Amino acid sequence: MVAASSTAKNSLPASVDATLGLLGSQNYVADRSLATAVHLALHLRRPLFLEGEAGVGKTEIAKVLSGGLGRRLIRLQCYEGLDVASAVYEWDYARQMIEIRLAEAGEEDRGEIETTIFSDRFLIKRPLLQALEPDITGAPVLLIDEIDRTDEPFEAYLLELLSDFQVTIPEIGTIRAGEPPIVVITSNRTREIHDALKRRCFYYWVDYPNAARELEILKRKAPGASERLSQQVVGFVQRLRQMDLFKLPGIAETIDWTEALMQLDVLELTPHAINDTLGVLLKYQDDIARIQGSEAARLLEQVKAEAAAAQ
Amino acid sequence: MTEVNAPHPGPLRSSGEREKSGGALLANLMHFGRTLRAAGLPVGPGKVIDAVAAVEAVGITDRRDFYWTLHAVFVNRPDQRLIFDQAFHVFWRNPDLLKKMMGLVLPELRVEEAEDEAAAMVRRLAEALHPDPPEAPQNEESEVEIDAAMTFSDREQLRGMDFEKMSLEELARAKAAIARLRLPVEDLPTRRWAPDRHGPRADMRATLRAALRSGGLIELKRKRRRVRPPPLVVLCDISGSMSRYSRIFLHFMHTVTNDRDRVHTFVFGTRLTNITRYLRHRDVDLALERVGEAVLDWSGGTRIGHCVAEFNRLWSRRMLGQGAIVLLITDGLDRDAGAGLAHEMDRLHRSCRRLIWLNPLLRYEGFEPRSLGMKAMLPYVDEFRPVHNLESLEALIAVLSAPPARRGIAGSAWQEHGGRAA
Repeated sequence: MVAASSTAKNSLPASVDATLGLLGSQNYVADRSLATAVHLALHLRRPLFLEGEAGVGKTEIAKVLSGGLGRRLIRLQCYEGLDVASAVYEWDYARQMIEIRLAEAGEEDRGEIETTIFSDRFLIKRPLLQALEPDITGAPVLLIDEIDRTDEPFEAYLLELLSDFQVTIPEIGTIRAGEPPIVVITSNRTREIHDALKRRCFYYWVDYPNAARELEILKRKAPGASERLSQQVVGFVQRLRQMDLFKLPGIAETIDWTEALMQLDVLELTPHAINDTLGVLLKYQDDIARIQGSEAARLLEQVKAEAAAAQ
Repeated sequence: MTEVNAPHPGPLRSSGEREKSGGALLANLMHFGRTLRAAGLPVGPGKVIDAVAAVEAVGITDRRDFYWTLHAVFVNRPDQRLIFDQAFHVFWRNPDLLKKMMGLVLPELRVEEAEDEAAAMVRRLAEALHPDPPEAPQNEESEVEIDAAMTFSDREQLRGMDFEKMSLEELARAKAAIARLRLPVEDLPTRRWAPDRHGPRADMRATLRAALRSGGLIELKRKRRRVRPPPLVVLCDISGSMSRYSRIFLHFMHTVTNDRDRVHTFVFGTRLTNITRYLRHRDVDLALERVGEAVLDWSGGTRIGHCVAEFNRLWSRRMLGQGAIVLLITDGLDRDAGAGLAHEMDRLHRSCRRLIWLNPLLRYEGFEPRSLGMKAMLPYVDEFRPVHNLESLEALIAVLSAPPARRGIAGSAWQEHGGRAA
């Protein structure tokens, strides 16, 4: 395992601190706990299993790792009924047919046709197979996004792939990764993933950030916003998250909202501005109806009072 | 990271040391793993070995890193975080222990003491986390309890429930009956394919393979979409007015849970309880016994709106994602007089593929939906299935298997029903 490739290993961060630095260099403000999990996944070459509410930055981690390590990012978006043909490989039937016709015209040997048409040339590689291929920049980052959307059979298939990093194509044989890819699996937890799969991974629950970290994220992701606006936005969102809403706003929503407010030249939150843009933050009509108006004004008062007290 | 208290700057480097420390570390991690397992986390020997490798990869220099390293290995689900946190702090509380591990001296690490500690820990964890039921499940449910305690505890009747044992004959009949169960929406097409001689699509892969085998004319192979039953969510009322049917319903839920995959079962009275896990026990008597212990609001009042809201908020997105059918079993008699019920029913109706309401109250002809709860619910169900004299599981299944009505006309079905009787 250690000898597999020393060149690629060099570019991996050597410690938890280095991992934290790597994430930071890509503008990802991570908790130390997350950095520990990432570090473990990179070092022990196990998949990283990230679970959490929508919009807390799970997918972003894969992108950041790909950017920070200079690796290729291969993304497999999951959906129900995802099968081998769209996740691993498929034969190019149209070209195969033409090849057969041509070969018949040329009176080629049948055994020869068979080896020709089931060769690499006619193979359409889908994300999982692509991820096993060697790459000059090192093993790619394989993002298996929203795995909770697939069904159990595919999960079972992944189990096999993720433990051996090999794929068997009956017509060709077994394709094995020289160096296993860096695998990041995300789940919104719309259903429970089987323990057998999780057991092979390092697990991390990505939570909503606290106010300080959210402010830091906002500074990096929406640098144009004034300090005052950012603080108010974060204060408001943090308060919303303590409420009993159907869907709490994630970090993605915080960033979007800030950008929307900036587009509207809002320098400071007002009840009016909030009401106009609440749809960016909350995505369910009941939630919007509940917050809009007096509740928003009340929360804003609290945020402002808190800011005044802090000064 | 500060390299405090680390006498050897290069931890875990020399191979001799590594083996020695690895052994002691393994022993400790093994105890820790065992503690977690006793507290209900799925920790096997493989996990302990993983933990050793993980600790070696991160190094033991920082307590936080150590915590998160073990966290990444041992924790699999968000609801396990709390147990892990408590177990970690109690088990690794002893600072000497950690210091020793940092120093990598670790001779005989007071194994017995550690074991005592672990045993005490198990009890504490067990007591702290599972107040009365032996296998209390997740966070959400403790939330439910707190919630309910604050609102209704004075009037709520908390009691367990004993069920008559099932006879062998009953079991055999139940099995036969469940085989006849046909819900209004039975099979849904999946995106997967199965070979089928008369299927609608050409299966190119099979065609080409066959062509190479046989040569000559290429014979077209065909395929069709596979179908599978949608997930089923059962919400069953166990309040006083329904208590005479509880046994039949639980029997039904147990049989259906073990008959097909993707079944989730809940019971509610004044609070909502997820009983899926208990019902997964193959043995029906054991399963019902567990349910009887775990559910605390047998034969009390009903707060349908509150419980449906609870389901919508905590469970619906996790369980209704893949086109689930919801089977709501209740007589619609609501203590809250239908307050907030319409709104929550609307949401439930919108989030599932089909909402079936089975109402066993209707014991005489000409019954009208007079109660406010019923009036609030009726516009939002796709199928309304009233049942008189519910005597057996067979009767229940026969009612559920009746041919479906069109979506959204449940209310008129009731009116017809009432009209005919009047």
